[in-house]
Amino acid sequence: MSEQVEYDLATGEGLTACPRCDALYVEEELSDGETARCLRCGTVLARPRAGAFTQIIALAVTTMVLMVGAIFFPFLQISRMGFENGTSLFGVAMAFSEGILAPLAVSILGSVVALPALRAALLVYTLWPMARGRRPYRLAAQAFRLSEKMKPWSMAEIFIIGTAVAMVKIGGLATVSFGPAFWAFGALIFVSLANRSFMSSATIWDAIEDGGLHTDGREMAEQK
Amino acid sequence: MSEIPDLADATGDPAAAEPGAHGGPVLTAHRAGLIGCRSCGRVWPPETRECARCGEGLVPPDRRGLQAVWAWLFAGMIFYIPANVMPMMNTSSLGGLGGGGDSTIIGGILQLVHHGEIFIPLVIFVASVMVPIGKFIAIIWLALVAGKPATHEEAHSRLKIYEVVEFIGRWSMIDVFVVAILSALVQLGFLVSIKPGPAAASFALSVAFTMLAAQSFDPRLIWRGLPLRRRKDVNE
Repeated sequence: MSEQVEYDLATGEGLTACPRCDALYVEEELSDGETARCLRCGTVLARPRAGAFTQIIALAVTTMVLMVGAIFFPFLQISRMGFENGTSLFGVAMAFSEGILAPLAVSILGSVVALPALRAALLVYTLWPMARGRRPYRLAAQAFRLSEKMKPWSMAEIFIIGTAVAMVKIGGLATVSFGPAFWAFGALIFVSLANRSFMSSATIWDAIEDGGLHTDGREMAEQK
Repeated sequence: MSEIPDLADATGDPAAAEPGAHGGPVLTAHRAGLIGCRSCGRVWPPETRECARCGEGLVPPDRRGLQAVWAWLFAGMIFYIPANVMPMMNTSSLGGLGGGGDSTIIGGILQLVHHGEIFIPLVIFVASVMVPIGKFIAIIWLALVAGKPATHEEAHSRLKIYEVVEFIGRWSMIDVFVVAILSALVQLGFLVSIKPGPAAASFALSVAFTMLAAQSFDPRLIWRGLPLRRRKDVNE
């Protein structure tokens, strides 16, 4: 494991810098189950896990299935004194569709539905060949970087907390019943939490590189 | 040449690798005359412009990058004003006879307090007033002190604050989602109906700009002001 590793301080070859605090480390292949954290700021530098890619793919597909359910099934319904009204997820975004608020409708649909679904699709695209031991697809690096960029803007879990707050607010006003879309969305929170414990972007970058995609000629040989 | 710790040193059980436990000076990519990628951690010669592994643009950790932070921050603060002055929601009950009308963020909180509620107005006050203003103050402070000399303890508390700001940013959107859900759902004709107000858009923009400000802050600057050696070493 800890045999002498080659590195070059002139070109940066064989070195890793913590993305958070720039601390410099000599890159080494970790064995399965180990976690490397930055000594200074605690950022996870690498966390290889056997079968993690398969699990991430499974969770990403789950996300997409739940998202389809969340879009097409009724979301919430209220009733009071014979008056009734229900809405779908789409209807929630469309609440802003009038006048100057229209762009907000688009950004709600984007952050709650489109981005989480697109991120899941990009993760599957990036990891699918690698989970099966093949060479990654040609655009895997771009796809993964795009998915990392979208991360802060996909707000499915925040939306579900917003639903809870809204329910408390109208609790005394009317009777609320939850549709299948609500439960699908609730399940999404747990899926995204589970996903977080499997994901280590540094490890995925290493895997994309080890998969032979990159042409910079500095990939570390996989140590058997 | 300072010794570089192996990545293997950073493995092991998490308790032993508690952040900041090392106490000594750390060689950074910048000090070694290299440039590190903020997206994937790959290290490149200093004149490299783009990371060949992940395609991210490479920028050295200097205070020039703070201009973007200030720009996004001011945009966020400007949009926070109409978010508070303009109405967030318009409620009308019993065809307007049962009261209602426009309510701003603060107005809505006061209305709920007036009705004897404590918990919900408190949640809304924290999410829509304290958190956004706290974020503005935290980002201003981080941008002012970034890259200035600091002790290890100070650097760690700055990192803590940065992590909190970065984490909490998206959660401010809750208020916008609540308005959207209420306006879509509470449409009981004559009985009661809720319409969104223009403040929802300015609030969402304010949150988005503040998130962009936090994202453009380079956390590597937090560590740039650390002394190259421990003071003990310098005195020797």
